[in-house]
Amino acid sequence: MTQPQIEIQLIAMVVAIACAIPGVFLVLRKMALISDAISHSILPGIVIGFFITQDLNSPLLIALAAVTGVITVVLVEWIQKTGLVKEDTAIGLVFPALFSIGVILIAKNANDVHLDVDAVLLGELAFAPFDRLLMSGMDMGPKSLWIMGVILLVSLLLLLLFYKELKVSTFDVGLSAAMGISPMVMHYGLMSVSSVTVVGAFDAVGAILVVALMITPAATAYLLTSNLKKMLLISVGIGIFSAIGGYWLAHLLDASISGSMTTVLAVVFLMVYLFAPGKGLIAVLYRQRQQRTEVSLITFLLHLNNHSEENERHINHLQEHINWQKVRSKTVLNLAERNNMITIDNDVVSLTKKGKDFTDLALEYIITNKDEKIEHMKEDFFLFRG
Amino acid sequence: MTNVSAIQIDDLTVAYDYKPVLWDIDLSVPEGVLMAIVGPNGAGKSTLIKAILGIIKPIAGTISIYGKSYTDQRKLVAYVPQKGSVDWDFPTTALDVVMMGTYGSLGWIKRPGKNEKKAALEALEKVGMLSFKKRQISQLSGGQQQRVFLARALVQNASIYLMDEPFQGVDATTEIAIINILKELRKAGKTVVVVHHDLQTVPEYFDWVTFLNVKKIATGPVKDIFNDDNLTKTYGINYKVAVNK
Repeated sequence: MTQPQIEIQLIAMVVAIACAIPGVFLVLRKMALISDAISHSILPGIVIGFFITQDLNSPLLIALAAVTGVITVVLVEWIQKTGLVKEDTAIGLVFPALFSIGVILIAKNANDVHLDVDAVLLGELAFAPFDRLLMSGMDMGPKSLWIMGVILLVSLLLLLLFYKELKVSTFDVGLSAAMGISPMVMHYGLMSVSSVTVVGAFDAVGAILVVALMITPAATAYLLTSNLKKMLLISVGIGIFSAIGGYWLAHLLDASISGSMTTVLAVVFLMVYLFAPGKGLIAVLYRQRQQRTEVSLITFLLHLNNHSEENERHINHLQEHINWQKVRSKTVLNLAERNNMITIDNDVVSLTKKGKDFTDLALEYIITNKDEKIEHMKEDFFLFRG
Repeated sequence: MTNVSAIQIDDLTVAYDYKPVLWDIDLSVPEGVLMAIVGPNGAGKSTLIKAILGIIKPIAGTISIYGKSYTDQRKLVAYVPQKGSVDWDFPTTALDVVMMGTYGSLGWIKRPGKNEKKAALEALEKVGMLSFKKRQISQLSGGQQQRVFLARALVQNASIYLMDEPFQGVDATTEIAIINILKELRKAGKTVVVVHHDLQTVPEYFDWVTFLNVKKIATGPVKDIFNDDNLTKTYGINYKVAVNK
């Protein structure tokens, strides 16, 4: 690998990690769309900052643009508070307005500089290594790596310090406020971090794709775990994977790096969406099928419980009587036998002690809906997991 | 009955967008009572609780907790919000939710440690949920979720407990379990204020009651004021409740 290749991957990784962290909280707060709004509406801030500093990587520009991001959030909330329009409408009203101001400012004044609408929308990682940070003539590496690195370190530090506050104010606003952990402070803190991150990542991946870097890792991790710390770690892992995978995909296809990163993210999400254990589509379908079988099982056990006469418990009779097809009867019989709930003797089915107890408990649960006594059954049967 | 007011509310008016939801409320909650707040939907019951907790800023009036402002007395007050006010799909466990009860006393930045975990486990045990400590909260039944919320309030080890509809959507077993814990709290000298919907159970569960419908209709011991007259005034329709004396 050449040095620029390594540098590009490093930048991509740092950008992806920095985006994934606030992304987790945006997803959990159901504010994914706000990141879209921020990423667009910071444009006028960037343009004005650029006019003042003539440097796309100046800290002043980042600060100005981040302020525009927070203003976006304030405007959205302000419009929403009037009660005249809903939140999604308010978002749809605010960010295109601000974005369009930025577009006009670029078209009128910045035609001759490295700031065009294409770069704004899509970013260009491939050029990032060319803009170097020079300190008294020494080459310190790409500027954007330094900028994103600092942003990442700061947001990591904030996350470590305020993890507990972020968690409680995300989960339970009321309790958080009552305890004196101001949800307002946490909200605007998160919005500021998100804005700064978006501005920093903007140069590399553009206004549209930065949303994918923030939301997709978090949405994917959400399907894989039910632990907030793990969700953060998995998001970061997915971010890193998309950065490296995206780079090499772009290399292979000779295509845009940010576009390839986003494609990798989308594929990862799709895979997890389909195959995640527990929350994935296939797991859900499997669970539903199992639940159907288990309902049949209980119906079947109940029938056995109600009938002591042998002719009612004959295998052939069961098929005719309960009106199931052969395949289904077989599945149910197998399931019951595997769990030692029935014995089959001369084609006559009998409930075992275990089967009898199980039926009684299940019946009681169905009638009373009290689930204290069936806790142990939840492990083996989907049906009782609610 | 003692003379100390656990909660003293004077001339409280709360408005959303200039429309009053609570109008000129004077209310004093004596220490050590188990009080129900009853009233129709939109009567401002939850708003009253939130105003006491400083979550909603009143446009007029004062609220004091043992004679001082809520901000000074935060640690004396525990809060159980409505179960529906949070997202139960949040990636966390029952134990972790109960641990959140300790965050207030910890203050900013400081992390919960061994003592906090021990307290949380004890609280879970008290509400009969210890075996569910590692369960993801979306995998709990409605009644179990409510018990976790109650455990979270217990772990705050407060003097005053404010609860917003703790009996909503719970099964009979949980309801009995919860009311037993509330009665224990009262026995231990704590003050418990509960937004309550089921008028039938008021005389059985509570010793004090406040009738609320934007304005305060009446407040006092259940045996003195829980009658058809006050119910009719509060609910606006002729109310007949069998009150067992």
